[in-house]
Amino acid sequence: MTSHVILRVLLKLLIPVIMLFALYVQFHGDYGPGGGFQAGVIFGAGMILYALIFGLEPALRVFSPNVLRTLVAAGVMLYGGVGVATILFGGNFLDYDVLAHDPHHGQHLGILLVELGVGLTVAAVMATIFFTFAGRGRTDA
Amino acid sequence: MSDLPGIHLVLFTFLAVIAIAVIRLKDLFAAVMLMGIFSLLSASLFTVMDAVDVAFTEAAVGAGISTILMLATLALTDSEEHPAHNRFRVVPLLAVLATGGALVYATFDMPRYGDPSAPIHHYVAPHYLEHTDDDIGVPNIVTAVLASYRGYDTWGETTVILTACVGVLLLLGGHAVVERFRRTTPGQEDGE
Repeated sequence: MTSHVILRVLLKLLIPVIMLFALYVQFHGDYGPGGGFQAGVIFGAGMILYALIFGLEPALRVFSPNVLRTLVAAGVMLYGGVGVATILFGGNFLDYDVLAHDPHHGQHLGILLVELGVGLTVAAVMATIFFTFAGRGRTDA
Repeated sequence: MSDLPGIHLVLFTFLAVIAIAVIRLKDLFAAVMLMGIFSLLSASLFTVMDAVDVAFTEAAVGAGISTILMLATLALTDSEEHPAHNRFRVVPLLAVLATGGALVYATFDMPRYGDPSAPIHHYVAPHYLEHTDDDIGVPNIVTAVLASYRGYDTWGETTVILTACVGVLLLLGGHAVVERFRRTTPGQEDGE
């Protein structure tokens, strides 16, 4: 795995672009195709590519499993938190109109936060599942 | 079928060929690779049908992550299929043929592809198309439906993904936790 020089050099250039593209897909979902699910999967794929080429141990040092597990729950909490916040502001669960003075701004803010929650959870889940699979192979061998 | 553009026919033909090849293959590594190509072709098909968001997800999840997870599974198990029995059986064949026939028969009742009078285009879709600009103010109607109109469903989907992660960690990740516990316990006895 560690001897693929061309792959390593290429991926060093590619992985930041992949992650930047994931962020673009995440925050441009209101205007173009994309959203939390797609962005999360692309970001997760970036992390998995890193683990595939540079090995599991360096990848686990960069993306700590504990942080990833926290992010898995944090994404769902963010989504649910937006729902609870809308109730506290006097609306229905996940009725973003009440989040800002202008209903459209509220909708924009709500969709942004909710998609961010989805993206966080999906990215962290993809990476966690892969690291768990790969890590099991290492410890058993 | 004649009103379908040629690209649809080409893509559908490739899909069918790849599906049959995946069933026939004994080498699971090649089957996983073909499944990735299958997903990529599906994504192309969705793109041709103007469902860009779905195509995006299919390409990222189906061709990307699924393939990697399948390969990770093959690394843990065996990449060669070992069928338990190769015997030809009549009853399962009849059951499959009957089910397949019923499904094909059901498609005769479905509206034609792209039919504007199909029920799906007269339920909530027109409401979303007409009111998204006033209600939500977001240019991408798919995002508006997904995150706002159908916020409950997306919340449920996110919870499903969380549950999947918890399941994988409970089934596979528990091992690492146990190993870490085993490693530290004798280490303390050795005076580490």
